[in-house]
Amino acid sequence: MQIVCCVKQVPDTTQVKIDPATNTLVRAGVESICNPYDLVAVEAAVKITEKYGGSVSVITMGIPSAEVQLRECLSLGAHQAILVSDRALAGADTLATSYTLASAIQKLNEIDPVQIVMCGKQAIDGDTAQTGPGIATRLGFTQLTYVSQIIGLDIQKQTITVRREIENASQIIEAKLPVMLTVELELGAARYATLPGLIKAIKHEIKVWGAKELSCTAEKCGLKGSPTSVKTIFAPPPRKGGPVYDTTEGMDQAVNSLLDTLFQKEAAIMSEILSNDSKVKNA
Amino acid sequence: MNESYDVVIVGAGPAGISAACILADAGIKTMVIERGEYAGSKNTSGGVLYGYNLAQILPDFVARGCPIERNIVESRIWYLSKEAGLSIGYRDSIFANERKNNVFTVGRAKFDRWFAEQAKKKGALIVASTVVVDLLKDASGKVTGVVTNRQDGEVQAKVVLLADGVNSPLAAKTGFRPELKPEHVALAVKETIELPSEVIEQRFGVSAADGVTTEVLGEVTGGMDGVSIIYTNKNSISISVGANLAQFAKTKMKPYEMLEAYKLHPMVAPLIAGGKPIEYTAHWLAEGGFYTIPQLAGNGYLIAGDSAMLFNALHREGSNLAMASGKMAAEAIIAALKKNDVSKQSLSSYSKAMSESFVLKDMNKYRGFPGFLYNTHQLFDELPHVAQFAAREMLTVDGVTKKHKQKLIMDEVKKKIGLLNLAKIAWRGWRSVK
Repeated sequence: MQIVCCVKQVPDTTQVKIDPATNTLVRAGVESICNPYDLVAVEAAVKITEKYGGSVSVITMGIPSAEVQLRECLSLGAHQAILVSDRALAGADTLATSYTLASAIQKLNEIDPVQIVMCGKQAIDGDTAQTGPGIATRLGFTQLTYVSQIIGLDIQKQTITVRREIENASQIIEAKLPVMLTVELELGAARYATLPGLIKAIKHEIKVWGAKELSCTAEKCGLKGSPTSVKTIFAPPPRKGGPVYDTTEGMDQAVNSLLDTLFQKEAAIMSEILSNDSKVKNA
Repeated sequence: MNESYDVVIVGAGPAGISAACILADAGIKTMVIERGEYAGSKNTSGGVLYGYNLAQILPDFVARGCPIERNIVESRIWYLSKEAGLSIGYRDSIFANERKNNVFTVGRAKFDRWFAEQAKKKGALIVASTVVVDLLKDASGKVTGVVTNRQDGEVQAKVVLLADGVNSPLAAKTGFRPELKPEHVALAVKETIELPSEVIEQRFGVSAADGVTTEVLGEVTGGMDGVSIIYTNKNSISISVGANLAQFAKTKMKPYEMLEAYKLHPMVAPLIAGGKPIEYTAHWLAEGGFYTIPQLAGNGYLIAGDSAMLFNALHREGSNLAMASGKMAAEAIIAALKKNDVSKQSLSSYSKAMSESFVLKDMNKYRGFPGFLYNTHQLFDELPHVAQFAAREMLTVDGVTKKHKQKLIMDEVKKKIGLLNLAKIAWRGWRSVK
């Protein structure tokens, strides 16, 4: 069983700058890191192989310096790393990226069957959360997004059971392999690599694949294969704080006025919460 | 599983990387352990380096793409009172031509990273984000490796080179260097101020690749033993103030307030006007001088660079002493490994080479200098004030006779310092550097 983790080199900041001429990220002057959600995916993948066997391959599409992030993943216990890097692939949006990564995963699949693909739920630079599902669609894998817990695998039945987060609740889903998971931070932080693990990662020879090795169609790659045009990029306005209930007149009054507000103004949400609550109790 | 290497170097600064380059060139299995995310990520200095010492390690450093900010063609020295200053400078076209890169500025995060990359290319293994927390020793006390903060983190080594900088908890823990006293270090803070390169070139009167360094003494440090600097980089100016840590503790002055006041000084403000602060760093300087240098070699280990308190305060030399000591340490290690003898006696060829080199000879020459500065507060309060008084009187044209002005100046000197005291300071100052 091979697990493939797709990781991305991102700027170490949440305030991304965009080049107004090309509408691509400005990377100059900002240190790069591995997308934090992707590290969680690698950690979870390594844990799966520690329990059920198999191997973890990490792939990234990016500039040659992304090898630093691949080595970080290797130090956490990934078994091999592939850098997909080629000028012909540059300028890709999520459509072209998921096509290219899916091609790379297919190539890996020819050597050792890929049963699980794991991605972070989104990258902290683009925040689109599209690449993972894009890969799943192209590979024809079942997709389980926003996974917060891997409950277990049944190797005999070839299934995986996970918890995934939805708004105000979570679902427990059993799915047939192969699957593509995108993961939440709750899945668990990456370990602090052991010294031998770190040394092995530094010495590891990283494979570099270009468009030729992937035998992908040129029209579907890079800037050519990217219909997305970015109009503007901006940080969403910070959320306003909720109402404050003053307790100087006594706790009871504050609580009462809070409950009044909840049942009058947020009636719909309250009834939903109450019905979910009763479901949980019944279960 | 334990890792095993011929040499483990603690710290990927100029000392450690210099040693790693020489060792790797000799085919010795070398590992450098760096606590920062990458070499240079935790390092800072005023920012000058010396081509001569770097060329001893990498003769082709320019061709290898050494990230030089500006080649220094002029050195200025300022003596400042609160609102005025004396300035002398020396500019020489030889430093733009035949002796290019004699002195140049670097950003340490970039330079150290590049330097480590060269050692890696030569075959040294650089392990970052890893802290050496202890040394391995055998029953006889001989150092046999290091313990890191990672799981399975022991590394066996025939020789360990301690190059982990001035603030070395390892040196203190293992007792290889007596724990530093506050008076043996200076605390310096530095701000990097971004400006367009053309503005820098205009303000300092230099061409595109060239730059100016300014060393500053005087009232900036409010009577404390300290210096400040202004160095030019490609697109920024480094401006830093530092003073003795013990005196900071005594005066309760705040380094950042000192830096802010310095930035408003009439000599400084026009140079940085309109600039944008892009970086703020702080670091210790190993200013204890010759008397604080520890034993440089022992059974299975050596100490180099700032860890060994190698710093020439008068000539602002530190990273070159680090490089030179790293190189000599590496040469001693190569000789010792050849003989298959890493005892203190065998590794002491390092101490011997150091004593015979400019490193310890210079430090010995100036052995009295740190004490002189530390004990002569007048250099940093009364004297700059008197200098200002004298220059101001002499340069003000107001019909008063020069003879009367001389008398006014002498009266001020007598009142503020006293002639005997002034003579004593001059004599002790001379004695400390002769």
